[in-house]
Amino acid sequence: MITLSGVQFAYNGFPVIKGITHSFAKGSFTALLGPNGSGKSTLLRLINGILTPQAGTVEVKGRSAGSISAREMAREMAYVPQMQYNTFPATVFDTVLLGRNPYISWSPGKDDRRITAEILVRFGLDDIALKDLNKLSGGQRQQVFIARALAQQPSVILLDEPTANLDLRHQHEILLLLGELATGGITVLAAIHDLNLALKYCSEFIILDDGQVRAEGGSEIFSEELIEDIYGVRTKIIRHEGEMFILPTEPL
Amino acid sequence: MSRENEIEKQYARFTERKGRYLWLAALATLLLAVLGLALGPSSISLRDLFSLFGSGGEELHRGIVMQIRLPRVLAGIVSGIALSVSGVVMQSVLRNPLGSPFTLGISNAAAFGAAFAVIIFGAGSMNSSSNDAVLIANPYVVTLSAFFWSLIACFLILLVARHRGATPENMILTGIIASSLFTALTAAIQYLADDVQLAAIVFWTFGDLSKGGWRELMIQVIILLPVMIYFYRNRWNYNALDAGDETARSLGVNIGRLRLTAMILASLATATVVSFYGIIAFVGLVVPHMVRRVIGSDERFLIPGAALAGAAFMVGCDIVARTLISPMVLPVGILTSVIGAPLFILLLVKGKGGAQWK
Repeated sequence: MITLSGVQFAYNGFPVIKGITHSFAKGSFTALLGPNGSGKSTLLRLINGILTPQAGTVEVKGRSAGSISAREMAREMAYVPQMQYNTFPATVFDTVLLGRNPYISWSPGKDDRRITAEILVRFGLDDIALKDLNKLSGGQRQQVFIARALAQQPSVILLDEPTANLDLRHQHEILLLLGELATGGITVLAAIHDLNLALKYCSEFIILDDGQVRAEGGSEIFSEELIEDIYGVRTKIIRHEGEMFILPTEPL
Repeated sequence: MSRENEIEKQYARFTERKGRYLWLAALATLLLAVLGLALGPSSISLRDLFSLFGSGGEELHRGIVMQIRLPRVLAGIVSGIALSVSGVVMQSVLRNPLGSPFTLGISNAAAFGAAFAVIIFGAGSMNSSSNDAVLIANPYVVTLSAFFWSLIACFLILLVARHRGATPENMILTGIIASSLFTALTAAIQYLADDVQLAAIVFWTFGDLSKGGWRELMIQVIILLPVMIYFYRNRWNYNALDAGDETARSLGVNIGRLRLTAMILASLATATVVSFYGIIAFVGLVVPHMVRRVIGSDERFLIPGAALAGAAFMVGCDIVARTLISPMVLPVGILTSVIGAPLFILLLVKGKGGAQWK
């Protein structure tokens, strides 16, 4: 689905991504993990074509990302940046309808409005369809942004810290929703800070450290030594009823 | 009926309501345009006015309407559309509620460019009549010069926006710098001019719709029509841009090209107005915010709404300018500022729902 080969990127000569190679399978739900500044957001931007790799390649369905137009890419891949606000008021319906932008040549048609309405109902946002987006809670706004991403009918959704600033309930709701999308065949890649949330909902993990992949694979990659080495925090890994939990014990 | 159909119907009603506002604005513009033809130092009754469009009517009235008032009313409509829609587009692409040709210094830059062409290139000739203090002998040179200098201001804004972000503070500071710079340059040109030229340029900088005739109007329409179509064509992209650069990019918008083209075309639209009629302030700032409060910020409705409201605002201000101390006619630029400034303060103070600062 997506293949990264030796991807490198630097901001003003300062290397942020130092040769990442990885493949994402269709329908996988991958957590992109790592401490602040490890390059998670930059990697998402590189995959989505917002940034261009200075070395290496990003391929989407076998095609170089650089050769795909922004409009074409938007039909293939949706991106949900960190929490965002509109400068001017917009309704929830209009925000989700905006996801149809890559398909609209002059004006949204009947199909675009129908798809939007279906997604709103599916996400339980139908009662607030005509409300101002900026007046919603953080959790609701994040749901709207994911709904907009889905309106793009993409095969890949990238999310930059989708659970940041959300309360416990909304964190779980959002990740549950993303898991369902992955089960439905959409490839989901989300930068996440909370290791336990990632362990609960994601099937694949990539741990970045200083712009490089330190570990990748299933939950077996986690070890107390690895976490201490990357995050500088001593933890204890506990297994309970088939699930894995990481408990911080004390800082290094 | 399924829940999905209900939602679609609700949304259809919501957009139809906005459509009705547009029809109302169109009607208001039409009524004001008719009033604009009838009112002035020599008033013409509505019956006489309508008879002019048939075979009857007095020749004197026909001359007043066809040679003076109709081009003036149409100039108001075209200029109002150009300035208001430019304001909407600048606010959208810079994601800044304070964007407008005047606040960003583009009007002053265009005014300098026009003064430069008139004095240095001799593109204007002087008359002793106060109403025609400067006759634009070569409108193409004036427009091109106004456009060129407005582009300089435009690139200055884009440069600051690119490196420091298009925050309200940065944009206003850049606007103040650009305005001060071009006002100083205009003053320098005035310093080099002789007394008659000086008086002419000072008068010229007052925004006044009487300066143009049919030829100027035709040039404006030829330039502005494709520009306005381009803006309307990109209304969805402007909506996307409002959600942020990264979101817009992920929605398939080529943001760099869109922003640059929009700013250049908005500068061109402003330049065509300023080069023919002088500086007309506040229209590009106040009208978009007034319209936002009524029909919201969806560019599909905001662009036509601002176009209609801008036209109505300009024609209305011009009617007041012609009738307030009749038979003297005030420059419309004075009226737009006198009416626009308190209106903007009112919008700021009551700023709920429409112009929301962030």
